[in-house]
Amino acid sequence: MDWQGQKLVEQLMQILLVISGVVALVVGYTTESFRTMMLIYAGGVVLTTLVTVPNWPFYNLHPLKWLDPSEAEKHPKPQVVPAASKKKVSKK
Amino acid sequence: MHSFGYRANALLTFAVTILAFICAIASFSDNFSNQTPSAQIQILNINWFQKQPHGNDEVSLTLNVTADLQSLFTWNTKQVFAFVAAEYETSKNALNQVSLWDAIIPEKEHAKFWIQISNKYRFIDQGHNLRGKDFNLTLHWHVMPKTGKMFADKIVMSGYRLPNAYR
Repeated sequence: MDWQGQKLVEQLMQILLVISGVVALVVGYTTESFRTMMLIYAGGVVLTTLVTVPNWPFYNLHPLKWLDPSEAEKHPKPQVVPAASKKKVSKK
Repeated sequence: MHSFGYRANALLTFAVTILAFICAIASFSDNFSNQTPSAQIQILNINWFQKQPHGNDEVSLTLNVTADLQSLFTWNTKQVFAFVAAEYETSKNALNQVSLWDAIIPEKEHAKFWIQISNKYRFIDQGHNLRGKDFNLTLHWHVMPKTGKMFADKIVMSGYRLPNAYR
């Protein structure tokens, strides 16, 4: 998931859960049925899980641009030298 | 939100938090219900009235309890626990409360009832103060919710009196 996708998923999750809660409460109160409220809320949680937890393709519309492998070879990582020997590390 | 497990955890935590809010609001909504319970208790007969070997008085009564507790039930009510207590004063205790009968009412339909029974629990005094004693019969109830706060209240019925001599 890319950054935009992560932001979208977090917002979607919060909004969907809050809406499920509110709808559940209102419908339960007006029908005087506690069971209805719990069922609606459980359904809302399941729906939110299906929408936000798996890595759907529409969360990857702004993929990160990773460096080309050939570009990376021109700039190798610096050599790590043990601290006991006092050689200086030279970067290319 | 960088992994499946992270998102699942965040969702679960938030969902449970919202569930707690929903339950709190459901419990709070109980404050708005209009409750008009009514009850009447009649003592049909004093079966016997004796002093026990250890010196304590004991009475056996036949009661007729009529009550309409239907308005106590809300959408958030699991059951109503009702009990009848005899209340009186003695020189030793400012208030004596002796539970004579109780019942669990699981549904609104069962909350309007009429029952004639002898006392379920023994009416025994701490001492021998019951001769000629004036006492109240109080119907207490506890409305037990499915979630949240429990409400308790009572109706006091006064004017009952025990006989002056043992029978």
